[in-house]
Amino acid sequence: MRLPCPLCGARDIREFSHMGAALARPDGGDWGPDWNDYLHNRDNPAGQTEELWYHGQGCGGWLVVTRDTVRHEVRGARLAGEGAGA
Amino acid sequence: MRIDGKGRGIDHSRVLRFSFDGQGYEGVAGDTLASALLANGVRMVARSFKYHRPRGIMTAGSEEPNALVTLGRGAAQAPNQRATVVEMHEGLEARSQNRWPSLGFDVLAVNDLMAPFIGAGFYYKTFMWPRAFWERVYEPAIRRAAGLGALSGVAAEDGHERAYAHCDLLVIGAGPAGLMAAWAAAEAGADVILAEEDLAPGGRLLAEAEEVDGIEGADWAAGLARDLAARPNVRIMTRTSVTGAYDGGTYGAFERSAPGMAARHGAPKGCFWRIVARRAVLASGALERPVAFAANDRPGVMMAGAVRAYLNRWGVAPGQSAVVFGNNDGAHRTVADLQGAGVHVAALVDARTGVECALDVPFYAGAQVTGTSGRRGLEAVMVATAKGEVRLAADCLAVSGGWNPTVHLACHMGARPVWDESLAAFLAPEGAVPGMEVAGAAAGRFSTRACLASGLEAGLRAARDLGLPVPNITAPPAQDGRYDILPLWQVPGRGRAWLDFQNDVTVKDVVQAAKENFRSVEHMKRYTTQGMAPDQGKNSNVAALAVLAAASGRTIPETGTTTFRPPYVPVPVAAMGAGARGKGFAPERLTTSHGASVVRGAPMIEAGLWYRPSYFPRAGETHWRQSCDREVAMVRQSVGVCDVSTLGKIDVQGPDAARFLDFVYTNAMSKLAEGRVRYGLMLREDGHVMDDGTCARLGAAHYLVTTTTAAAGQVMRHLDFAAQVLRSDLDARAISVTEQWAQFAVAGPNARDVLAGVLDEVPDLPFMGFGEVRIGAVAARLFRISFSGELGYEIAVPARFGAALSDLLVARAEAMGGGAYGMEALNVLRIEKGFITHAEIHGRVTAFDIGMQGVMSTKKDFVGRAAASRPGLMEEGREQLVGLKPVGEIKEILAGAHLFDEGAEAVSANDRGYVTSACYSPTLGHVIALGFLARGRARIGERVRAVDHLRGSVTICEVCAPGWVDPEGGRMRG
Repeated sequence: MRLPCPLCGARDIREFSHMGAALARPDGGDWGPDWNDYLHNRDNPAGQTEELWYHGQGCGGWLVVTRDTVRHEVRGARLAGEGAGA
Repeated sequence: MRIDGKGRGIDHSRVLRFSFDGQGYEGVAGDTLASALLANGVRMVARSFKYHRPRGIMTAGSEEPNALVTLGRGAAQAPNQRATVVEMHEGLEARSQNRWPSLGFDVLAVNDLMAPFIGAGFYYKTFMWPRAFWERVYEPAIRRAAGLGALSGVAAEDGHERAYAHCDLLVIGAGPAGLMAAWAAAEAGADVILAEEDLAPGGRLLAEAEEVDGIEGADWAAGLARDLAARPNVRIMTRTSVTGAYDGGTYGAFERSAPGMAARHGAPKGCFWRIVARRAVLASGALERPVAFAANDRPGVMMAGAVRAYLNRWGVAPGQSAVVFGNNDGAHRTVADLQGAGVHVAALVDARTGVECALDVPFYAGAQVTGTSGRRGLEAVMVATAKGEVRLAADCLAVSGGWNPTVHLACHMGARPVWDESLAAFLAPEGAVPGMEVAGAAAGRFSTRACLASGLEAGLRAARDLGLPVPNITAPPAQDGRYDILPLWQVPGRGRAWLDFQNDVTVKDVVQAAKENFRSVEHMKRYTTQGMAPDQGKNSNVAALAVLAAASGRTIPETGTTTFRPPYVPVPVAAMGAGARGKGFAPERLTTSHGASVVRGAPMIEAGLWYRPSYFPRAGETHWRQSCDREVAMVRQSVGVCDVSTLGKIDVQGPDAARFLDFVYTNAMSKLAEGRVRYGLMLREDGHVMDDGTCARLGAAHYLVTTTTAAAGQVMRHLDFAAQVLRSDLDARAISVTEQWAQFAVAGPNARDVLAGVLDEVPDLPFMGFGEVRIGAVAARLFRISFSGELGYEIAVPARFGAALSDLLVARAEAMGGGAYGMEALNVLRIEKGFITHAEIHGRVTAFDIGMQGVMSTKKDFVGRAAASRPGLMEEGREQLVGLKPVGEIKEILAGAHLFDEGAEAVSANDRGYVTSACYSPTLGHVIALGFLARGRARIGERVRAVDHLRGSVTICEVCAPGWVDPEGGRMRG
């Protein structure tokens, strides 16, 4: 498997580590259901997902990778700090 | 026997000596072990897996189910090598397997007589009780009786390597289709890798007597391959089996070294490749399939295509009198080749009716082979004809049940092959592997002409997909013909008919599986073991499921196939793991003082990938505790020097660096003055402690964060996450500088004096102060921090000056009655102070548990704040950090012991906590420990029992506040 790092180009999966779904962190505040969801609850979608991957053996960039869990197809990746979703 | 003047793939003049089961033979250059054995008239080469039946060579390729042999001895011993792909070389030593005492006389051949009793599922039904016998008696006995070759038990040499390759187009298989595809793409300018399992390109053209472009097919292939190899954008990898197709255009491949190369000292035996290709063409050809008739496993029964290969490529006649049996035109072609080589053909048996035979041979149309006879090899063939059964004397029976396209790789990503009625075979569905196209015989195009055209098309399409100009190439003229097949899987009759030769699975076994309701093809496979092990269904799959379909009253497409999984051929684990043994698996990280520590005789211990000195023994010290106690006393009374470079150092800069650190630390680093250092705590988002360390403010927008050695990588990743994902609004960046700076702790009452002799000028730093200093021309950083509780500094220099500074500091300290100290002393010093490490912050503790709830700011958001505020993480009943000291008879406390109330039974229901760190304190003269105890802070002064069931230790302890030496901290502030 290979991931298209926006900074480094297509790289082998071994250079990356995975952190799960790309979710928006609740805006500070006290503990509540939104925090509980953010920390503990995960969907398990069959189809398109947005996941966080860390290019630790490369540029150190955190990426949001769009992937299809059914087709094993990587649709794209962007830097996590850019654009919506994270 | 060898036929004079035949064999385009061998050099008759280059004789090579080899041995099989201790007997010496001669082969020639270009031979495989199989062709050389056949040339020497050796027909029986193995015993079968379960029934120990005599077996001979059946195929001429990697699909060989029978001829598995062991090569070499000792560390170089390689079992289960297929004789059909073992290249001949001088001194080759091969042995047969699964027989005792010898191949000719095998005691366990008695299994064959027991066959009626040991059919499919026999083990599961028979060895049921007593239950305990399975592991100790039955399984070891069965394992000894059944099976393949064995390893020598000697550790293998590290004889393989791994490598990566990238290309525009990977062509798998260099037969007519693969060559055309590679040619077309290469002409278009693509970077092409052409991988071929065999030692030379050509595929079936090496084995057949036919012309391409007006010349012999093999010569045409060799010529085109030469032309391609000369191009800079083409790489032909022979002896390379592509073993798996994976996500993202990644392919696994195993390349065998040529025997001459592998024999060279230090040269790799093979290489495991990961090939990344933008496009791929699968031109893996097709495998001929056997027909199941009684005793079809006798040595001398071979695949018809293999017989042609031995004749044409290796100039070997597999017998003196042959019968050819088939359900397609390949049988006729085989007769022609046999006769052309001067081999007598006793009969051509064609299962089809209404076919003509143009050859001068006894011809039986609409007939079938019903059985064979012979003692250790084939002697006669029984044929059922329209006029009754005839018995034909023959020592070779060439069989063709048709061809199965080799679709394995196209199905590695979960696709199921599709049944094609006209070919009576499975084909790969379109788009089964993204970017891969199937061409040639693998796509069911069985004539040479169709292969060439299909390969060309695939190559041109790949060029177009790659955005390259499409070249003008046409396929050369070649033989064409219709593939006229009558599906034939089994010949009815008495006697066992083999489907899977490698695992000894017969028609009867599959029928029995169906009867017992193992009707799913996957269940049948597991119940009978059909298609398992190295075979992976190459020979047996389609026939077995056709039999299953018939037995369960379904069609073949309804029955379906089992799953194709990598690897296509066996790959040595040593090749996949090449380079990852020992230091390749766990590389060493060495500090700049490593050499000096080793010279001082310090035992080095692992700390992650780092190596750190555990203590520095001096003359007369015979036990580590003596050295450790001395080093502790040295620091408390004089001065010690310790390399602390392994601690993580992260440089944080940017206009928003202060706000960023406020977000990742529980406490407010924005309030830290320039030139000052603060202890900091980082939480995970779930509210538990991630790491602790110091944070120094080097400038208004410049901080230096230190982490523990263990968590350096995790914290770096976390800071990247926080900076890029959680707070990308802040203008701050972090980078690891752990390797760039060497850092040394100088601790003890004389610390300042040591520095005075080293630094140009020692600044008057307050406790937790930072200053830039100079050592001659070298700019250094000085921190007044202490992990020992003594007056302490840490001094950092660029790593290239680390070794020199270490020598300087230690020499200076020694002159003052101090010296270097190691990890053991460092650990004792911090326990005496009640300072924590990852023994305490092990991932399940909160700031509250370690008594640092006060370090959590309430005025700002930080990672872990919301979750840490959950009542369950702050309640008084939680296990809290305490100190422990023994007060009873027993004076030892062991880390890992659990804590119980004094009168309570030591069972888990009464568990009140556990010991995390323990040591003998030379300063106090007794053992001390840190641990977690429920309501611990409220229990200071009470007694508990520390019980270690594993090591049988029970100690009465008094609960104390953690930190015994100088609890007010006057000495380190001093």
